[in-house]
Amino acid sequence: MNDPLETLFRRDRAAIVATLARRLRDLDLAEDALQEALTRAAARWPVDGVPDRPGAWLTVVAWRWALDRRRRHALLPLDEALEYPAPASADEVPPLTVEDDKLALILACCHPALQAESRIALTLRHVAGLDDGEIAAAFLTSRPAMTKRLVRARRKLRDSGASFTLPTSEELAPRLASVRDVIASVFTEGHLASGDKPAIRAELCQEALWLARQLHDLTPQDAETTGLLALILTHIARLPGREDHGRLIPFAEQDIGLWDHDSLTEARALLSRTGRGALGPYQLQAAIAAVQTFAAFERRPVPWLHVARLYAILAERSPSPVVEVNRAVAVGRAESPLAGLLVLDAVAADPRIATYVPFHAARADLLERAGQRDAARAAWTRARDACVNSAQRAEVDRRVALLA
Amino acid sequence: MQYLLLCTNNPDAWNDPGPAAGDGVYDDWDAYTKAMADAGVLVSGAGLHTPEVATTVSVRDGERVLLDGPFMEAKEHIIGVYLIEVPDLDAALAWAAAIPNARTGKTEVRPVRPELTTEATLARA
Repeated sequence: MNDPLETLFRRDRAAIVATLARRLRDLDLAEDALQEALTRAAARWPVDGVPDRPGAWLTVVAWRWALDRRRRHALLPLDEALEYPAPASADEVPPLTVEDDKLALILACCHPALQAESRIALTLRHVAGLDDGEIAAAFLTSRPAMTKRLVRARRKLRDSGASFTLPTSEELAPRLASVRDVIASVFTEGHLASGDKPAIRAELCQEALWLARQLHDLTPQDAETTGLLALILTHIARLPGREDHGRLIPFAEQDIGLWDHDSLTEARALLSRTGRGALGPYQLQAAIAAVQTFAAFERRPVPWLHVARLYAILAERSPSPVVEVNRAVAVGRAESPLAGLLVLDAVAADPRIATYVPFHAARADLLERAGQRDAARAAWTRARDACVNSAQRAEVDRRVALLA
Repeated sequence: MQYLLLCTNNPDAWNDPGPAAGDGVYDDWDAYTKAMADAGVLVSGAGLHTPEVATTVSVRDGERVLLDGPFMEAKEHIIGVYLIEVPDLDAALAWAAAIPNARTGKTEVRPVRPELTTEATLARA
């Protein structure tokens, strides 16, 4: 980040942007206004001292600048701007914890009317506070391309009249689902490490965790959000054991001593609050991760039959080839390698699976255990061809060498 | 804010089995139109003849050119339009999703530029 003041406010900025965006109904203008306020703060605060409520100061200055900009550009009839009169002083600005505004901002950034990639980009930019360059690097694209995407997305929100208020209770459920999927995508991107940028990967995982916590704080009764947070915590706990000298270590071989105990404890506590009624996909995934993780952590054998059954329920709830691959692995352990191979065969024709490394790796592993070494070797080759980073490739190479 | 709902239909999709009951989609266009009017969101609208009876008009090199048919040849075509006035995008999307052929057709929701409504234009004249 360029500006030290901006770094200081990176987490709090979401609340300020949310307050401004709701009233201006224009995320672009809100961001520009905040930027203007930060510039003025950088000039004034070293001289006048930092105000008691810096967030409120920034909000007021930004708000006044934005209204003035609007008047001068005559973008909207004046009476619409007056609908939300500018606070006269910083004392009149409601405290920064405007939960409704923050949730509304997250919901707006994750609006289903936007492309999935745009939702992720907007959320990272305006909620998590990353800058265009950081987001571009994380998603292996150029900074100008990412800026263009963000500008287009903000324009769509503004010109299509997306509001930055909370939707009705009927609309809230699908909108929250969209937010969860965005957060999960951010985490997956960080966790999978596509491309070779380990430093950014870890940061993305932490951003996803922070976003999940924000959402959980704003909607504490929502079991699916609790599930998502537990899922992310479980995976983050295992991160230290996941890579060693540039090789991706499989779950079964990880050094449990490296796992983060505190995150696991928190995940367990969160999970104990879910599980009432029909389980949604994130609660299911969290349960699956927990069953495996805690068995390993407590040095018990993994109850693979239980895991396989949970995957079967997940497959019914939200079917996908990825779920089937994971289910195949579990079935391969619970029943037999051949049984697992049958599950894989059923999805082999899906075009999405062709470049999915875990499919080929699972297949190769099952074929090996079924005694079909030549077929296994061919499958490892296909896995290697599909690898997107060197850590994955290193693990595949190790398995091929063992097979020889 | 005003939105134009461009209701389209694809004749191929029309052969789908009938929709399941009770998911908020109106049974027919009359009921739908009346619901919009009752809700106070309807500005205007109309159902259209099919594209075969359309004529496309342009002027090129000073000459008026007429084409027998719609401006774009496609199976999917516009069957009707609604101009609605609602508070925000979500409200417009909700109405679009309630259209009688929502399960087989598609509806484009296009925001109207507030300064370019005919009302605003005429007010400036």
